[in-house]
Amino acid sequence: MAKANGTFRIGTGAGFSADRLDPAVDLAKRGQLHVMVLECLGERTVAFAHRDRMADPRRGYNALLERRMRALLPACRASGTVIITNMGAANPRAAAERTRDVARTLGISGLKIACIEGDDVTKLVQPDQPFMDEPGTLADIGRPVVGMNAYLGADAIMPALEAGADIVIGGRLADPSMYLAPLMRHYGWQDSELAKLGAGTLVGHLMECGMQITGGYFADPGIKDVPDLADCGYPIAEVSADGSAVITKLPETGGRVNEATVKEQLLYEVHDPASYLTPDVTADFSRVMVKNLGEDRVRVEGAAGRARPEKLKVTVGFDAGVLAEAGVSYAGPAAGERGRLAAGIVETRLKETHRISSPVRIDLIGAGSLFATAGKTRTDSEDVRLHVALRTTEREQADLMLWEVESLLCCGPAGGGGYRGVITPAVETKSVLIDRGLVKPTFEILVT
Amino acid sequence: MINHGRNQRLFVRDIAHARAGDKGNTSNVNIWVYDPEDFELLKRSVTPERIKREFPRLVRGTVTRYVVEHLHGLNLVMGEALEGGVNASLNLDSHGKSWSYLILGLTLDTDEKSLQG
Repeated sequence: MAKANGTFRIGTGAGFSADRLDPAVDLAKRGQLHVMVLECLGERTVAFAHRDRMADPRRGYNALLERRMRALLPACRASGTVIITNMGAANPRAAAERTRDVARTLGISGLKIACIEGDDVTKLVQPDQPFMDEPGTLADIGRPVVGMNAYLGADAIMPALEAGADIVIGGRLADPSMYLAPLMRHYGWQDSELAKLGAGTLVGHLMECGMQITGGYFADPGIKDVPDLADCGYPIAEVSADGSAVITKLPETGGRVNEATVKEQLLYEVHDPASYLTPDVTADFSRVMVKNLGEDRVRVEGAAGRARPEKLKVTVGFDAGVLAEAGVSYAGPAAGERGRLAAGIVETRLKETHRISSPVRIDLIGAGSLFATAGKTRTDSEDVRLHVALRTTEREQADLMLWEVESLLCCGPAGGGGYRGVITPAVETKSVLIDRGLVKPTFEILVT
Repeated sequence: MINHGRNQRLFVRDIAHARAGDKGNTSNVNIWVYDPEDFELLKRSVTPERIKREFPRLVRGTVTRYVVEHLHGLNLVMGEALEGGVNASLNLDSHGKSWSYLILGLTLDTDEKSLQG
C-alpha cells in the first residue's frame, strides 16, 4: 500500500518483554508502517527463557507471543507491514510455529513466517572462555549454564527479508539490527557505507525502548509534564535515504516527542557516545543533531560509523537459584524505630539462630532503601516497610527467611502488619566474545 | 555568567533532566540542561571527583564523564556502582534506574569561588 510522505516508516510495537499491546494495535492500524519491530529481549530475559525451555521444550519464547500476534497480525496483514521481532528468545522455531498456528486460526493464508536460528552457540563456547569485560572465565562461576546466545546483526535478518518474509522471528537479534536490516534492504545501503549504518543504528537505538522516546519514563510532574501517559503512543521513525530521520508518534495519542525525550534516549545505556558497538557497526552518536520540528516531531541526523567489532558478543546465562523477598509494614508514631527493631531481630534470627550464609539485605522502605548505600536515609517517616531480600541456591534458606519475617507478626515489634513474601527464580549472566566465523545464522520460512 | 538572583535554583534537578541505564555493574546517567546558559554550572557541579566524594560506598569504581558540548549534556559512566549489578544486587532497584535522581538531587555549585578550587 502507499505509505505517507515517501520515507521509510518503522514503528516500535514493544520495547521490552512486558510492554503494552493496545497502543501497538493502534499503531499497526493507523501508522502506515513498512515495518513494525517488537523488541522483547534483554540479557536476563533470554536466560529466563532458556530456563522455561528446559522445563518444557515447547516453550522458551516470549510469554505474550500468541497474544501479540493474534492482536497484530490482521492489521499488519491489511497494511502490508512486516513484523520483525526477537520474541523467539530461546526457542525461535517454537515461536514461529505458534505464530503460524495463530495466523491459521485467524484465517490468514499465504503468510510467510521466517524463523532465524544460529544464535544459540552453547556447543561452540568452551568453559575456559574469558569474560569480555572483567577478569575470570566461564568456569569460575561454578553454576549450571542455561544457554549461550550470540548477538546476530542485520546480516542475519536481511536474507529472510529478501526471501519475502512477512514476519521475521529470531532469538538474540541485536536490538538496533532489527531496524537497520529493513533500512539496508529498502535503500540498498552497503556494508561499506558506514555512516549510513551508523545512522540506521541510531534510529534503532532511539526506537528500541518504545515509549521511552515518546514521553514514557520521562515525566516529572511540574518540571517535565507529559500529557495522557495512560494512552501513550509508541514511536514512529520516518527514515530518509541518507539515514536522517524524524521521530514522531500517532496523532491523538498521549505522550510527547521533543528534544528532551530524544536526548534522554540518545545516551540511554551508552558509555562513550562515539563508540556504540553493535554486530553491524561501531556507531558514533557524538555529533548527532537533534532538532525540534514541533507537534511531536524531532529530526535526528549526523550519526557516523566506523568498522564493526571483529568479534560477536555472547550472553551466557547461568541458573542462580532464587531471589527471596519478604516484608512487613509499620506506620504511625515511632514507625521508623519499630521498623529498625524488626530489622535487628530478623538479622539476629537469620545469622545467629539459623546460621544463614547467603547474602541478605535488610531495608526500611520509607526511611531509606534505594539510596541506602548512597548514604541517603531519614528518620522522621511515619510509614515504613521492612524489606528483606536474600539470594540463594538453597531453596530451604529462602523458605526460612520468609518464615522468619512472617513470624514478626507475633514475635516482633508492636503494630506490624501487611506481611508478604515471594520467591522467584534467579539467573546470572556474563558476556564473552566469539569469532564471527563460528556463528552461522540460518533461516527457514513457514507458510500458512 | 551566573545569575545569583535566581537563588531558588539549588539542585541539579532545577536546571537539568536525566536518565539512568545499566550494563553489568556499570551505571550510566545522562544529564541535559534545559537552558544552554546553565551548562557551565552543570559541568562545574557534576564532576567525576564530586561523584566519588558524594557516594563513596555506592560508586566504587572509576567515574568517566563524557561531554556532549553541542547538545549541552553530560554522560556519567560510573564503574562498580550497582552493588554488583542486576544479577547480584539485593537493592530493590537492582538496575539502579533511580540513580538519575541521585544526580538530580545534588546541590548546584553556585559559588563562583569554587572555580579557583
